Amino acid sequence: MNRLDYSVARPVDRSVPVNKVLKNTYTLLSATLFFSAVMAAVSVVLQMPPMTYLLSIGGAMLLIWLVLPKTANSASGLWVVFAITGLMGFGLGPILNQYLAMSNGPQIVATAFGGTGVIFLGLSGYALTTRKDFSFMGGFLIAGMLMVLVAALANIFLNMPALALAISSVVIMIMSGFILYDTSRMIHDGETNYITMTISLYLSIYNIFISLLQILGFFSGDD
Amino acid sequence: MDWMKIGSAMLLIAMILFLWPRAKQMMKESRKAEAGEWMGIALPILAVAGFVVLLVMLV
Repeated sequence: MNRLDYSVARPVDRSVPVNKVLKNTYTLLSATLFFSAVMAAVSVVLQMPPMTYLLSIGGAMLLIWLVLPKTANSASGLWVVFAITGLMGFGLGPILNQYLAMSNGPQIVATAFGGTGVIFLGLSGYALTTRKDFSFMGGFLIAGMLMVLVAALANIFLNMPALALAISSVVIMIMSGFILYDTSRMIHDGETNYITMTISLYLSIYNIFISLLQILGFFSGDD
Repeated sequence: MDWMKIGSAMLLIAMILFLWPRAKQMMKESRKAEAGEWMGIALPILAVAGFVVLLVMLV
């Protein structure tokens, strides 16, 4: 449930074709998703303890908040992107091990993986083919994200499975909105920084995957 | 309360504190939707919701 800040205005360079930004973003996104999956596999094989998830997400957040803004406009930003996605992938290991230990765990993980891919490709295809401008959604999405974070914080103490399920469902909806919003920004708003766009889309995909895992695990009866 | 819960709570509080000023700015600067624009978002979001229900039935 982590999002980048979109409020920082960047100079609009219309000379850079939209297609080039899209191509660079999707190329880097593919590479980072692959790298992230490799790191997750390493973490699964090493049977990393649960605390790995928190430490990895904490480290990735620090990189996103403190390092990425300073490097996003230079080549070193690429290394930061791989460090962030590698850390987040590595953090998935304990969660995947928890699901893989369930009777139908491999099926749940495979379904969540495939489902996330279908959702991302479907929404990206929708935004790219309709060319609709979704910039009006920015305030709504960020407000929704804040509410989800507050609800997740409350549920640490309340420990209500129904609330956890509701949060996961809402996260999928909000992250779906962010995929449309981010894709629309590349088409309409002159967003040319493919490094920040890659991280934004990666975070949406990551959160959809985690939430889908929780929902599928919940309804399988073993979560 | 175990360390995972304490760590999760601290991480979530940090995220909220980090996002809050940016969220306020984003909500202020975000343009208003024109008539019919919300319908353009309703279709894909409902499709995602339906797809998730389908996945739940598959596992």
